[in-house]
Amino acid sequence: MSSESIDLSRSGNDVGSLGDRIARYAFFSCAFVTVLTTLAIILVLVNGAVGFFREATLVELLGGTLSADSAAGGLETLREGLAVQVTITEFLLGTNWSPLIEPTSYGVLPLVWGTLVVTVGSALVAIPVGTLTAIYLSEYADESVRRTLKPILEILAGIPTIVYGFFALSFITPTILQPLFPQTGTFNAASAAIVVGIMIIPMVSSLSEDAMSSVPDSLRNAAYGLGATKFEVSTQVVVPSSLSGILAAYVLALSRAIGETMAVALAMGMLPQITTNPLEEMQTMTSYMVQVGISDVSVGSIQYQSLFAVGLTLFAITFTMNVLSIWVRSQYREEYQ
Amino acid sequence: MSVDTDPEFDFSGSAIERKRLYGKLFLGLCISAAMVGIVALIALLADVLYEAWGWVTWEFLTYPPSQVPDHFIPGNYGDLDTGPAGIYPAIIGSIYLIVLTAIFTLFLGVGAAIYLEEYAPDTRLTQFIEANIANLAGVPSIVYGLLGLAMFVRALQTGASLIAGALTLTLLILPIVIVASQEALKAVPDSMRQASYGTGATKWQTIRNVVLPEAIPGIMTGIILSLSRAIGETAPILMVGAAASMFTPPQLTDPTGAFSAMPTTIFDWITLPDEAFQHVAAAGIVVLLTILLLMNATAILIRNKYDRRA
Repeated sequence: MSSESIDLSRSGNDVGSLGDRIARYAFFSCAFVTVLTTLAIILVLVNGAVGFFREATLVELLGGTLSADSAAGGLETLREGLAVQVTITEFLLGTNWSPLIEPTSYGVLPLVWGTLVVTVGSALVAIPVGTLTAIYLSEYADESVRRTLKPILEILAGIPTIVYGFFALSFITPTILQPLFPQTGTFNAASAAIVVGIMIIPMVSSLSEDAMSSVPDSLRNAAYGLGATKFEVSTQVVVPSSLSGILAAYVLALSRAIGETMAVALAMGMLPQITTNPLEEMQTMTSYMVQVGISDVSVGSIQYQSLFAVGLTLFAITFTMNVLSIWVRSQYREEYQ
Repeated sequence: MSVDTDPEFDFSGSAIERKRLYGKLFLGLCISAAMVGIVALIALLADVLYEAWGWVTWEFLTYPPSQVPDHFIPGNYGDLDTGPAGIYPAIIGSIYLIVLTAIFTLFLGVGAAIYLEEYAPDTRLTQFIEANIANLAGVPSIVYGLLGLAMFVRALQTGASLIAGALTLTLLILPIVIVASQEALKAVPDSMRQASYGTGATKWQTIRNVVLPEAIPGIMTGIILSLSRAIGETAPILMVGAAASMFTPPQLTDPTGAFSAMPTTIFDWITLPDEAFQHVAAAGIVVLLTILLLMNATAILIRNKYDRRA
């Protein structure tokens, strides 16, 4: 016989009233909308991407048909192509992204490269600045300084990203970069990386500070008891003890940098290329989507569908990073509870 | 050999001296790092204000845009037969967009938070919903734009309309609103719920008459802060198809009509090659930031007025 516990705190108060049951289901549907949103995102992206890969094959084939010597040969190619229908390798490994200009080519690597440059560049700005700020706020600053400084830094996260794009174009590039490096173009990856870095400083600093503040004081006092200075306690006790929380903050901030769109689209230009010179124009996955979004691309065209293939790539990367960040943080939760 | 130079008592050059120096240098480094963010914020605001200086006029707020930069120059207003140019339709577009988004998020966000805080049993499904909300908060905003484009604009045939933009922004800020509302509901003491049950109230009556009135200020603060994020979002409504510039404001009675919003108009101005449009864009940014400031101030006022813990 199975024993059933009676949970009065939950179901007990619902009994009998129709209104209560309706309310419960209505609220559940609201919560379930979030699950549907995730499903819809995945469905929309996969659906569009599948269309893209099929379409890419067909376009290739039509080109092949036109140049084919005989109609029979063209049909043969068509049949072969429909059987294969996959240019995923070309998409993931191709180094030429030229979807709007003939001859078209759909290698996503230049866009991934552009995203990587911005992400690494913004990490070079935000990680040292954000971490040191967090150490200052958590270990050195007194309560009143912390209470003023934190909200001011939070403002940085609240400013619309389009304003950062304007800032990069009207200040960072002409006033800072071009006098230092005269060869800097109007659109360049460096200015985009700098403004995205500024944008994510509050994310790194406030999440890292949370991690550092949760290190128990007993650890600090033990180190002081051994004669350690405040500098040593901060860098050799507090930071290592909260390392997983700090790393989780980094991953989350970088995931934000990868998905950043408007500042990058404005500051970095629209030229997909793989170059190691950050002063040149490049294009990220997100700014390609903006480029297609503002141009008159017809629904169902290959350019329209390429949006979803690139979107799916972006979603897969940020999703992995968000999961990674949660995993890293869960490692650290076990340590102090 | 004098006592001063005796190595036993000489601290200059010793480990302690060096450690103190390192400590000071490190503190200096930390303070400068903290200043970087503040300096960047000041530079950004100063840059925008400098570029916009003299361009934000009453006419700029109340007239539709123009392709001709001269129409925006305050000194020219008197000589124009077309009338001055401004950002008016985009302001109205943004306000309507936010009003619709507010209505949708209020119901969906608060409803979801009530379910998760008050009803949800601790099952796998609940844990999955919570984890899913955390993950949705990390999805790039442009991906929501693609969702809106494929689902609302195409599949549901709303076209590039206010309603498509508002629904997209609703899904975008929903995770933030839910988490903020959950915090507000958590802050309601359990004793109040028990007291309500004690008088024989049902769960729904307790939520409606006791929990919600107590949590409303916190919920409102969260919603207004999320809406202030939504009003500055450019990428999602750009993908949904918000117009770069419109000469008439959209009608709230016709939410399926085309619209322009401040971020898309500003984006369009920034990308125009004419130098004068940089100032026009800056003027638009000043208007946008002012509205953001007002929204945040409202949120903080509500929080301070009703915060009992303070």
